[in-house]
Amino acid sequence: MRSILLDPAGTKPADPSDDDLEALLLIRHFELALLELYSSGALNGTTHTCLGQEYIPVAVSALLTEADFVFSNHRGHGHYLARYRDPHGLLAEVMGREGAICAGVGGSQHIHRDGYLSTGVQGQSLPVAAGLALHLRRAGGGGLACVYIGDGTWGQGAVYEALNLAALWRLPLLVVVENNGIAQTTPTTSQMAGTIADRALAFGIRHLAVESSDVAEIRDVLADPVELVRLGDPLVVEFATHRLGPHSKGDDVRPAEAIAAAAAHDWYARQLRDGDQRFTELDAAARDHVQQVVAEVAARPASVWQDAS
Amino acid sequence: MRVAEDLNAALHAVMAADPAVYLLGEDIADPYGGAFKISRGLSTRFPGRVLATPISEGGFTGVAAGLALAGDAAIVEIMFGDFIALAFDQLFNFASKSVSMYGSRKPMRLIVRCPSGGGRGYGPTHSQSPMKHFIGMPGLRVYELSPFHDSTAVFEEMLATAEPCLFIEDKVLYTKQSGTAAVPFHWSSDGTIARVFLDDHPDYILIAPGGVAHRAMEAMRSLLTEAELSGTLLVPSRLWPLSVTADMLDELGARATLVVEESTAGGTWGAEVAHQLGRPLTVVHSRDSVIPTAAHLERDVLVQPSTIHRRVLEALRD
Repeated sequence: MRSILLDPAGTKPADPSDDDLEALLLIRHFELALLELYSSGALNGTTHTCLGQEYIPVAVSALLTEADFVFSNHRGHGHYLARYRDPHGLLAEVMGREGAICAGVGGSQHIHRDGYLSTGVQGQSLPVAAGLALHLRRAGGGGLACVYIGDGTWGQGAVYEALNLAALWRLPLLVVVENNGIAQTTPTTSQMAGTIADRALAFGIRHLAVESSDVAEIRDVLADPVELVRLGDPLVVEFATHRLGPHSKGDDVRPAEAIAAAAAHDWYARQLRDGDQRFTELDAAARDHVQQVVAEVAARPASVWQDAS
Repeated sequence: MRVAEDLNAALHAVMAADPAVYLLGEDIADPYGGAFKISRGLSTRFPGRVLATPISEGGFTGVAAGLALAGDAAIVEIMFGDFIALAFDQLFNFASKSVSMYGSRKPMRLIVRCPSGGGRGYGPTHSQSPMKHFIGMPGLRVYELSPFHDSTAVFEEMLATAEPCLFIEDKVLYTKQSGTAAVPFHWSSDGTIARVFLDDHPDYILIAPGGVAHRAMEAMRSLLTEAELSGTLLVPSRLWPLSVTADMLDELGARATLVVEESTAGGTWGAEVAHQLGRPLTVVHSRDSVIPTAAHLERDVLVQPSTIHRRVLEALRD
């Protein structure tokens, strides 16, 4: 049991496969489209985009099976799209249009379908995921519960109650931490004493640190550790990542240099800079695709809540 | 049979009937069987499905909700109902919301048992009646243990609703006899509402959950012997959504109706009952106070038979 650091510093990431690149670009353009829709007043409420973090669910999703259950959070569009590639359903949910995943009741941060659930309260999902993992272990199909959380989530006591139970009861629980260094507007250095690694190790839970944004490389490193989760050995994977955009919309109070530093890690900008014909084509195709989705979904009638009491 | 035995039998029955039912809570494994022994024998009979937990109400209530989400059913024992505060987020923001917030109805078979109430000198943080904090929460039902309801049937009903249910258990009931009305009263039940009565033409009606039923019956006796007043007591098993109806009251045609509970004042279940029934109703509850430990102080705060007796006389005089 140790904390492993995966850091390919200095090496140029390999180009993602077509399929991975399509997924990355779908999420990127979906999030950009949402920000545009919000600015134009076309959406109700708020949203939290995962710009810059898209590679994490794209890498992780390929390691999951249909038997696995994913728990997402307020910043969950990438988690959903990486798993289901369903921009129509998600946009309809966010816009309250026909074909919405949850009839428009849940909206951006409360989504559920077979094998997937997101909620809007920090830390709440971990004990629930532990219960789901308990069910999966008893069912015996080798399934695991995968929970995406952020660095800010570690302020909640529910996280530690769940980690204790997961280690104690040997539950197939995979915790994916998207540590983007900031919780809404609070830098992690101002809200967290010690480290996530030490906190995981305190429960005897394996911890893996990942600094790479290379999808294939991440999968190579995670494949075996994730298989061990299926045998009842919980795992915390901590990605050092960067949130390019605001927490929700128009609420980025970071100094310009901090935003520039985050942008310097952007996989998209790097691909654009180094990009070949293939990237240019797939990028244009994804942008067009999302624009079509927006046009199509926006023209749909309002969603109907059949089960409204 | 004592109420505690009836309740224990109910847990045995529902766990035997359905291999997807789990029980979680602190110190529930044999030989201890829980702080009030209600879970006795279950860990021995159903190993693997009875999970003695760390002191983590939020954590294990969340685990139970996760089991429910996966299609299993879970019963949670909160050692003292006061501690449900630690699981409030899981019930308020997750389990109850999940029933409807994902657009279509999501079955969530979850029962949270809360040994509640005072009268045993456990003091301010071990004696409260927490149900008022859970009234009017969409997707959550509130039931209360009663000496006039078969607990097995009540647990089967709660699981069949496929909604998270809070089950309030007044601790003073555990040692009482199940299915026995105080002399000279008779009792009957349609399974939903139990009725304790002398005749069909009561002077007053008491609506009271199981935990105060014995205090209500004691007041009915003293009112009969001292003031020749006849009362009918209605004991609902399900407190929320409300199961007592205005028709039931109209049918009995009494001159006064009182709703009695042990909750301390403010935002009570009874106030909502009065509001929903739309009839002039007297609301009786404990004082606006913490619940003291010393017996004489505790008695002074909590609803007593003498409180009910006095309030009935006042209601009939008005």
